[in-house]
Amino acid sequence: MSRNLVISLSPHEKGDESVQKIMWGVVIALAPALLSSIYYFGWNALRVVVLGMVFCMGTEYLVQTFMMKQKSTALDGSAAVTGLLLAFNVPAAIPWWQLLVGSVVAVGIAKLAFGGLGKNPFNPALVGRAFMLASFPVHMTTWPKPLENVWSFGVDAVTAATPLGKLSEGGVAALPNLGSLDFYKDLLLGRVGGCIGETAALAILLGGIYMLYRKIITWHIPVVYLASLAATTGVFWLLDPGKYADPLFHVLAGGAMLGAWFMATDMVTSPMTARGQIIFAVGGGVICGLIRLFGAYPEGCSYSILIMNAFVPLIDRAFPPRRFGREVTHG
Amino acid sequence: MRMKTFPQGGVHPPENKISAEAPIQVLDRPSRVQIHLGQHLGAPAVPLVQKGDRVRVGTRIGEGKSFISAHVHSSVSGTVVKIDDVLDASGYRRPAVVIDVEGDEWEESIDRSPELVREIKLDAHAIVERIKDAGVVGLGGACFPTHVKYMFPEGKQADTVIINAVECEPYLTSDHRLMLERADEILVGAQILMKASGVNRVIIGIEANKPDAIELMARKARSVNGIEVAPLKVQYPQGAEKQLIKALLNREVPSGKLPLDVGCVVNNVGTALAVYEAVQKNKPLVERVVTFTGRHLERSGNFMVRLGVPVSAMAARLELNISEDTAKVISGGPMMGKAIAGLEIPVTKGTSGIVLLEAGAAQRLTVQNCIRCGRCVTACPMGLEPWRLEKLAQLDRFEECEAAGAADCIECGSCSYTCPSARPLLDYIRHGKANVMRMRAERRQK
Amino acid sequence: MNPVIVYSVVVLGLVAAGAAVILFVVAKKFKVDEDPRIDEVTEMLPGANCGGCGYPGCRGLAEALVQAADNGDLGGLTCPPGGNEVMAGIGEYLGLAVEESGPTVAVVRCGGTREKAPAKLEYDGPARCSIAHSLFAGESGCPYGCLGLGDCVVACDFDAIHMNGDSGLPEVDEEKCVSCGACVTACPRNLIEIRPSGRKNRRVWVACQNREPGGVARRACSAACIGCGKCVKACPEKIQAITLENNLAYIDPAKCIACGKCILACPTGAIQATFEPVKPKPKPAAAEAAPSGS
Repeated sequence: MSRNLVISLSPHEKGDESVQKIMWGVVIALAPALLSSIYYFGWNALRVVVLGMVFCMGTEYLVQTFMMKQKSTALDGSAAVTGLLLAFNVPAAIPWWQLLVGSVVAVGIAKLAFGGLGKNPFNPALVGRAFMLASFPVHMTTWPKPLENVWSFGVDAVTAATPLGKLSEGGVAALPNLGSLDFYKDLLLGRVGGCIGETAALAILLGGIYMLYRKIITWHIPVVYLASLAATTGVFWLLDPGKYADPLFHVLAGGAMLGAWFMATDMVTSPMTARGQIIFAVGGGVICGLIRLFGAYPEGCSYSILIMNAFVPLIDRAFPPRRFGREVTHG
Repeated sequence: MRMKTFPQGGVHPPENKISAEAPIQVLDRPSRVQIHLGQHLGAPAVPLVQKGDRVRVGTRIGEGKSFISAHVHSSVSGTVVKIDDVLDASGYRRPAVVIDVEGDEWEESIDRSPELVREIKLDAHAIVERIKDAGVVGLGGACFPTHVKYMFPEGKQADTVIINAVECEPYLTSDHRLMLERADEILVGAQILMKASGVNRVIIGIEANKPDAIELMARKARSVNGIEVAPLKVQYPQGAEKQLIKALLNREVPSGKLPLDVGCVVNNVGTALAVYEAVQKNKPLVERVVTFTGRHLERSGNFMVRLGVPVSAMAARLELNISEDTAKVISGGPMMGKAIAGLEIPVTKGTSGIVLLEAGAAQRLTVQNCIRCGRCVTACPMGLEPWRLEKLAQLDRFEECEAAGAADCIECGSCSYTCPSARPLLDYIRHGKANVMRMRAERRQK
Repeated sequence: MNPVIVYSVVVLGLVAAGAAVILFVVAKKFKVDEDPRIDEVTEMLPGANCGGCGYPGCRGLAEALVQAADNGDLGGLTCPPGGNEVMAGIGEYLGLAVEESGPTVAVVRCGGTREKAPAKLEYDGPARCSIAHSLFAGESGCPYGCLGLGDCVVACDFDAIHMNGDSGLPEVDEEKCVSCGACVTACPRNLIEIRPSGRKNRRVWVACQNREPGGVARRACSAACIGCGKCVKACPEKIQAITLENNLAYIDPAKCIACGKCILACPTGAIQATFEPVKPKPKPAAAEAAPSGS
């Protein structure tokens, strides 16, 4: 052989998983939600998504190249996912500069300041969204009505409250359609007000199933999160159906679907073992339910996930995988 | 048939059993061999010959003096040239006996007739002595001296012997061909091991990607009392001792203990054949089957090679032009084998195969940050947390490595294989494990 | 006055006062009585916490020194980065006699540059010498030579050793090296040695640790010590600072006078020094000495 042989330690073979494949796979899984958001919210949705991704990837590139002085990983797909998810978590009419602030906080602070990919304890998109909600409460809670004048320029968007917003303000009475099949169809297909990516529950579900098929995520977190949310809200609904909305409503409304399938499953900020993931999801679903039922905010999904993110290192320590040969088993 | 397997961890690399159809060929007589004195786990053999001595095939040229050691025999007839330090698969030069080959004379005590000898005349103790005299070691790769495995300590006993014919490593097909071509002798070898260990049950574990071998061995085993054939799911590392025992018997070897502690002994199928030859034909271990393969090669094959022959002899027999395409040469399989410095390395008892990789396959990918995806945890068959062990070992925090179970790692490579960030997990875990062993040895001395 | 301000000030003031009282009481009650000399000695030490003394941090050494002072014998304790100056001061303070030692420096005993020991293999793996060492002899094939991956550089707390990109070998910065020994421990091949700096910073050492027979060693590296023994013969009879064992020469720094004769005698250039050895002037030819036309 004319070239020098390579010497390395085993294994000498590598599976074909890669960070890029996973990240861009998530982007593909978000495509149905993206299409539905553009359908319902028109130009604004497109604007917010493109700007979100550009701002996030741009922040990553600029900070890494000029402040951290290292080769930028802006194209590995993770900043793109953050941008897309941040965009999905804001109303369509959000001003561009507020989105910019959110992106810089999400990528620059919540991700890069901790060391970059894999080192952040909190979900960056949710941190960005929480920051925006605290800083720009009015714009972050002004939702354009879906499908009305969404493709015309110069016409102000007509706004309306979200189903959860109405529930929180006026109780069950504010939702006269509650329980009807039509209402559930609206929730499923996204014909309601809300942040651009969270409304179309069916589109999100399709994306979630795609990720399961590609083995990017496992079923534990999304299913258990939604089940815990349903259980928590269901208990109170059973006790007093006149006062509380039913669990199916809670699962389909607001950011629960988006949170369960795309935010809580973020691998960097969720536990490593199935057991840990179930605990994480139970905590998240219960907290989300409690905030919705008794908290000051109408929506508790983002906070529930951020709170459980804080417990992840503890969960990983407390629930390690089962060690082979440490307990006595006999066949 | 419902397939047995181990319940936790594992990966499924592409099988690439390119040479599965190639019958075993015997190589031409070499002109010179370099037989290493340390071809087994434990202390290297002490040389018994010196420059100028004449030897025959089967002459004992090295004696294993300590408890865990093995004898080494000449695989050729000729004259000893020198005892020299020769490069081996460890990456370092180790003592070897260099012999210039003349003719092919065998020691007279060896029975060279091809007839199958079914009757086992020796008792258990004599069998173990014969195995020891013949220098038989585990041919699965670890090269543990087989006779030591059958010298049960006081109070321990076994009820099952497992013959490991799984061959879960990609590319390797030597065990597969052995079963197809030497099935009868292997079964007698299994019976000999039954007698040596006092068990009345043998299970031969074969991975499901060898249906012809499963069918053949199962058919022949029907006429033998106590031997059964168990097909196993194709999952790496099915052939790892602890995983195999769990799959076949549902027993877990406790951390730090041996298979004998759960009542069984495991031997590679090639070892079973070597045991047959040692006990029934008085033939020491002087040759073994080696697969020579590679995806970019025109041809690949399986060869019966005398110990000490350079690996290049197989390339020459296949008339291969090992061109610039080849970037890595592996002794063993691609998951656990060792990258070697060149084709001049001699074949030893542990050389199960030689796998060549081309440039694209040989280079590692760029390492990225750990994304905490948990795939390494899911893949680890020992239930460890490779990401945590890597981090601790990188920081030289060896006590914590020990607590996290570094010593339990079987170095199968499933974690590195599956990591999306291409992190060299096993490299660091080995570093941690080596230091944990060192720490433990220091503690024992105090 | 705004009642809110009044209440805030009063409440916070009370909390602050309460905290102060608690802290005072706790500080008094749980005070650890320690020999005040330990603090003093710790102050006198450099404060780098490098571990070169063999103790955990400067405070650890201070405790040991005070203990030694009570025993009346320093017992070989010393602070390499602090050197003679610091030790003399501590000795005076504790009332102990301190032996002065000559300055030392870390020396890398390998001359296998990329040119002299060309790579025959390509290492692909983490940049850790300890890992590469367990894998194979090295890219050049010398099982004793420098692997060039920089475990020594990482180990140094004083920025005193760096990898030379061209040669592939580490180089010690004499000004910054404090002889703490971290690089010595870090090198899996034991290539670095702490040697006396030498009078006027002149020192000589064998830049090789290869114990293989000469022919084998040279195949891997052209600057290898082949164990020929010419250096042993070249060393002045009265000095005899060089010993040959296992095909490897070693210069005893205690005896070496840095004359440089061994460097000139070495056929492979395995012996290195901090100075250029002076070649002896050629003796005048016999013909010229003979008188002409007598």
